Amino acid sequence: MENLSTIERILAAKQSLPGALLPILHDIQDALGYIPPDAVPSIAGALNLSRAEVHGVITYYHYFRQTPPGRHVVRVCRAEACQSVGCEALATHVQSALACEFHATSADGDVTLEAVYCLGHCAVGPNIQIDETTLHARMTPEKFDRLLAELRSKP
Amino acid sequence: MSATFYIPCDSTALALGADAVARSIVAESAQRQLDVTIVRNGSRGLFWLEPMIEVATPGGRIAYGPVAATDIPSLLDAGLLTGGAHALCLGPVEDIPYLKRQQRISLRRVGVTDPLSVEDYLAHGGTLGLRRALDMTAAEIVKEVTDSGLRGRGGAAFPTGIKWNTVLNASAPQKYIVCNADEGDSGTFSDRMLMEGDPFQLIEGMAIAALAVGATQGYIYVRSEYPYAIAALNAAVVKATQNGWLGDSLLGTGKRFHLEVRKAAGAYVCGEETALLESLEGRRGIVRAKPPLPAISGLFGQPTVINNVITFASVPDILAHGAAAYQSFGNGRSRGTLPFQLTGNIKQGGLVEVPFGLTLRELLYDFGGGSLSGRPLRAVQVGGPLGAYMPESQFDTVLDYEAFAAVNAVLGHGGIVAFDDTVDMLKQARYAMEFCAIESCGKCTPCRIGSTRGVEVIDRLKAGRPGQIELLRDLCDTLQNGSLCAMGSMTPYPVLSALNHFPEDFSRRQT
Repeated sequence: MENLSTIERILAAKQSLPGALLPILHDIQDALGYIPPDAVPSIAGALNLSRAEVHGVITYYHYFRQTPPGRHVVRVCRAEACQSVGCEALATHVQSALACEFHATSADGDVTLEAVYCLGHCAVGPNIQIDETTLHARMTPEKFDRLLAELRSKP
Repeated sequence: MSATFYIPCDSTALALGADAVARSIVAESAQRQLDVTIVRNGSRGLFWLEPMIEVATPGGRIAYGPVAATDIPSLLDAGLLTGGAHALCLGPVEDIPYLKRQQRISLRRVGVTDPLSVEDYLAHGGTLGLRRALDMTAAEIVKEVTDSGLRGRGGAAFPTGIKWNTVLNASAPQKYIVCNADEGDSGTFSDRMLMEGDPFQLIEGMAIAALAVGATQGYIYVRSEYPYAIAALNAAVVKATQNGWLGDSLLGTGKRFHLEVRKAAGAYVCGEETALLESLEGRRGIVRAKPPLPAISGLFGQPTVINNVITFASVPDILAHGAAAYQSFGNGRSRGTLPFQLTGNIKQGGLVEVPFGLTLRELLYDFGGGSLSGRPLRAVQVGGPLGAYMPESQFDTVLDYEAFAAVNAVLGHGGIVAFDDTVDMLKQARYAMEFCAIESCGKCTPCRIGSTRGVEVIDRLKAGRPGQIELLRDLCDTLQNGSLCAMGSMTPYPVLSALNHFPEDFSRRQT
């Protein structure tokens, strides 16, 4: 119910923008952490689109998620500049430290692990991003373990 | 005692701990009862020295770096406020050779000013271009840009003035200016640095474009991976509107231009201009067939100028100082400067804005200082995930669009990713195909299916199955000639260059 009122509020604010669908999806994900399936009919109705069209857009873009993420989202850059300084070894370590694969959430619900193809800090890789705005350069397995322990020690 | 410090707010500097450095300076100077002003500037782009702080002295700004928060007490003990000597002191910032040897035009204010300070912007030549443009006719502005020789900095290097002229001559009730800030190439960050470090310049460039073609609405489409750039642009749009650089009456002339920042959603192919327009319109970022060109039928079917961040950011300078000044830099048909980005396994990674005409080797060794690992550089990928891998024998190639095309390589957006001799080029070729398979929009068959078949062929080649190299070349030929856009047609660049220049990484699997 609470979700639905949030969605209605966002639709009212944004539906008249030209090309409103992406701004609406971003606002919903920013507010709720994901785009719930029951949002789709409301969005479709407000924008005069079919539910299939809205679903098609949500699933096309890597950034949008349809299920709630873990308490934190960790994005590991796996693009060429980070590859050249060992991001694949880091990626392997991160998966085993979290005991989960990419595009999945650790069993305790603490961390959702995502791959990202470039964070734009390519002179100081390997790079990771925690949640939306915390960045860490020159990442190593040891530094990652410390960061993970910090994340998990916070309530 | 008082002093002004500059501590970058650039997100790479933040990733290296710039905020902790700022907090430490505030805490330590409070304890010592020092009167300290902190300006959060953009980054100078000397990333191996970040966090790099600067202190204003009568003799200019003195730099220190790389500074950790724990260095602050010893720096203050050494007389940081007056530019005192310390192991981390780099001397006057403008004299650092890496910076001194550059010709900063599009990033001239980045790292110098507070990105969101209107006063700083004006004090460093901001709005001169816009003011001059407001005194010119649309055709005169287009001619100035055409005469400068400016070509699109996103990668395709199409002459900007010709694109603008097409939009100017199109008649339509509404025209648009769209900035492609979907800087998805690995090994690039010049757009990000500009948006975070000098957003007003991009806004000014887009406003000039609007005057040049008669557009009244603009959009900046920024990738979701750049939260700090999005925040800086949104704040800058508000301030620019308050100051009459955007809005219903540009600097009181009655000419109208509105600008909105739109956040992308993580699809690499949306860096392709027609896919970007689809995305802006609220659809899946699927590539459109051309023609019609966006200049004729672009956003919402209207004539649209769509250019890269650095292209727009080059325009205020061209208007302020004239086409001839810009045109005087460069090499052959590549005029002006390009901000190169030195990245990957490189000792001194960062941003190097220089006129076209240096060699790749000069960038890699004179600026970059060779590999970070200390091992020999073996391969360098220039121009992003769709650019060729270049071997040591091509390091003397001159950095201009034509010289690169002559060796089947591309400059693209100026990203340079260095690899040392531990690189496995078969793996890199496989990654190029895999990336194309992940990011293909799916509209055309060669790209959608060919990339997946490419991964499979390379896997079979790795397993030792004979005849796969011929298959791979055949597949690349199909991708190159049959794809709708650069995603499919340029994926063969990294694949074939790896195969042609590093055959030993492929052939040992065949025996």
